[in-house]
Amino acid sequence: MDQGKWRIRKTMDHFAKITFLSATLFGIAFLGILLYQIVADGVRWISWDFFTNFSSRFPSKAGVAAALIGSIWIILLTGPIAFFLGVGTALYLEEYTKKSWFTRFIQVNIHNLAGVPSIVYGILGLAVFVQGLMLGQAVLAGVFTMSLLVLPIMVVSSQEAIRSVPQQMRNASYALGASKWQTISRVVIPTALPNILTGVILALSRAIGETAPLIVVGALTFVAFVPVSPMDPFTVLPIQIFNWTSRPQDDFRAIAAAGIMVLLVVLLTMNLLAVYLRNKYQKRY
Amino acid sequence: MNEAVLKNARNRLAGSQSQKEISGIVQKKRMNREDLIVKSILFLCAMVSVLTTIGIVAVLLVETLSFFKDVSLLSFLTDTKWTPLFKPEHFGILSLLSGSVLITLGASLVALPLGLMTAIYLSEYADDRVRRVIKPILEVLAGIPTIVYGYFALTFVTPLFRMIFPDMGVFNALSASIVVGIMILPMVASLSEDAMVSVPKSLRNGAYALGATRLEVARKVVVPAAFSGIISSFVLAISRAIGETMIVTIAAGATPKLTMNPLESVQTMTSYIVQVSLGDIQHGSIEYKTIFAVGMTLFVLTFLINLIAQWLKRRFKEEY
Amino acid sequence: MSIIQIKNVDLYYDKHHALKNITGEIKERSITALIGPSGCGKSTFLRTLNRMNDMIQGVHIEGEVLVAEQNIYHEDVNVENLRKNIGMVFQQPNPFPKSIYDNIAFGTRIHGMRDRKELDEVVEQSLKAAALWEEVKDILKKPAYGLSGGQQQRLCIARALAVNPQILLMDEPTSALDPISTAKIEELIGELRKQYTIVIVTHNMQQAARISDETAFFLQGEVIEFDTTEKIFHTPSDQRTEDYIAGRFG
Repeated sequence: MDQGKWRIRKTMDHFAKITFLSATLFGIAFLGILLYQIVADGVRWISWDFFTNFSSRFPSKAGVAAALIGSIWIILLTGPIAFFLGVGTALYLEEYTKKSWFTRFIQVNIHNLAGVPSIVYGILGLAVFVQGLMLGQAVLAGVFTMSLLVLPIMVVSSQEAIRSVPQQMRNASYALGASKWQTISRVVIPTALPNILTGVILALSRAIGETAPLIVVGALTFVAFVPVSPMDPFTVLPIQIFNWTSRPQDDFRAIAAAGIMVLLVVLLTMNLLAVYLRNKYQKRY
Repeated sequence: MNEAVLKNARNRLAGSQSQKEISGIVQKKRMNREDLIVKSILFLCAMVSVLTTIGIVAVLLVETLSFFKDVSLLSFLTDTKWTPLFKPEHFGILSLLSGSVLITLGASLVALPLGLMTAIYLSEYADDRVRRVIKPILEVLAGIPTIVYGYFALTFVTPLFRMIFPDMGVFNALSASIVVGIMILPMVASLSEDAMVSVPKSLRNGAYALGATRLEVARKVVVPAAFSGIISSFVLAISRAIGETMIVTIAAGATPKLTMNPLESVQTMTSYIVQVSLGDIQHGSIEYKTIFAVGMTLFVLTFLINLIAQWLKRRFKEEY
Repeated sequence: MSIIQIKNVDLYYDKHHALKNITGEIKERSITALIGPSGCGKSTFLRTLNRMNDMIQGVHIEGEVLVAEQNIYHEDVNVENLRKNIGMVFQQPNPFPKSIYDNIAFGTRIHGMRDRKELDEVVEQSLKAAALWEEVKDILKKPAYGLSGGQQQRLCIARALAVNPQILLMDEPTSALDPISTAKIEELIGELRKQYTIVIVTHNMQQAARISDETAFFLQGEVIEFDTTEKIFHTPSDQRTEDYIAGRFG
């Protein structure tokens, strides 16, 4: 009797394990199929011309030049702005103020901003940067929008990086007669830098994959030139991919897959860089 | 007493009347000014996030109020048609809202059970070796841009389902919502797992000592103990699904419709905003203002949901 | 002659009364040991001498500490200059994640020295004074974390000496080290005594007896007895001191 019950419970447990494992494998299998499908669709379109050509009405002439350069513009300008604002906010919260209702308010506000849908940032950018500051549908409007979008990620990761600098480092600096700013600029920031940079890279990999806010801000979907100044109109990789995907011809769908491959390789490179930084500088103190 | 040392020390320390003007005070003021400048700059950085929130609310509010000068709030909330781009114009948000709800519902049906089961597997069944392989894969899944998911929904998932439902259109809520579900799955899995891992070992050991199986421990000890964390992961994932844009824009179509049939084409609030943005919109036109009215609805909805998530987390704070 | 005078110092962590009416004098070019059981306030007291307690939220101090006859709690005091003159060595070796050279040069750079030759000179002199020069002179550009624990602690001493302080505060500098490294540091402290005033917190009573000239015995935030080491260890006047020395508690 008891023996039988135990066997049932054991079987149930085994069955559950298989179910849970299958659920886990579902996500992984999905990722595998997705990557396979994209490579299978797109690989034959990857060529040197694909990187140097602009978008075109003819599939055989279409390329990612404008979009790739546009994305690089966005990352290169968003990076320093997000870094400055993110680290500045984190330093203010972690080093420069005592915990008070005000710092709690800022902290809660940052958490709420992290939950705002990205398209709403696009609307903000449209009204404030494109219309309000009259930047027009320019690279800079996109950059400002993206900087605000990734700011919550930047702040939280910088805070963690700064908190992980041991207090005894600060003590050593103060005990030598360093002022607060000297301690922060010469000890805290250099020590936290690898972790902060990892955060920057993760924030930028979010920015580089974002499509919707830039569409709202007015990035173009068909661009046959490379932006040469931050005031130029622009497009980015995800928007170019979107444009190709929404065309009915199968060839353009396949080109979209090739564009996705480029996007994923850029993302992969950035993430490998983050992993490299993390491993190289891990636990030095 | 070594007079030289004393004098030396005295010179370096501020305090005596004669020293005040020379080094002590002057230097101290310099230091203070540096501190003040740095603190002000950092304060301004911190204010950017506050200004962002104020900016979002103000921008949405101003244009939304202007929108409601042209359209009555009553018809916005009760009209069942949304046709702002052609005559006769209708501004019934319900059509877009139902699209968002349908997609979110479908996504939740996929992501919540699968995410929870993945979390249970990782925290209760998998050994460290397996976890070290699976968790980074889930992180990759979470890091894939939504445009890629959108492409996959349209070119792979939809053709797959059309083999089962031959009448289903190219654009449909079904494949969009399933793929949105998979997009938010890693979020549910990782936040729920965090909650489960933080359940103390002693609670589990107590149950194991009574002869419970892993399933019983998971079901009767771990999940109840981590309940608030799990629920808040659900709520946050739902909020992400409502705000998701590109997957639905690509795969669900552009047909605002008050329907709960997943085989039909629908339009969500987010994909409407994209659709209008892609066209040539006149600043100040009614189309321009609809972006803000819809954006406001979306913002308020996700904000409330996020508040609920935070409230849940505090309300049911586990005490071990 | 005393270089530090402590007059009726009381210290509170919020409501907690951590130091109670401390009075005493630190003699110039001598070694003063602070002993007592854990939590007795000896480390807290050490940090009042260079105002490192300023950094801790909720600390409130009453009374006066005179360094070279000047009250360091006077509102006009330049704390950075004060700390430059009073070096500190901590319980855990805490070099910066920089090279050996940059660790030593950190303080002098902070205080405005930029000249490469002068910096080289300071680095060499400080490392020599801390008896570390011979071991590291060929690896100055290597990270300080490559050094052993004992070497790191001597590096921290060298780093403190580089800014040319008058007084050196040491907070249990050998408690994280092995016996051989401890012996080296003790020997070094004996050498430094010729030029510097040293205040050292120690858990190790043999260490206090071996190296110090004066000893203060702390108990629950009070100084029970403050006298020559000789007297404290051989003919203490308070029963509690005798009990602690004999190992009956703490």
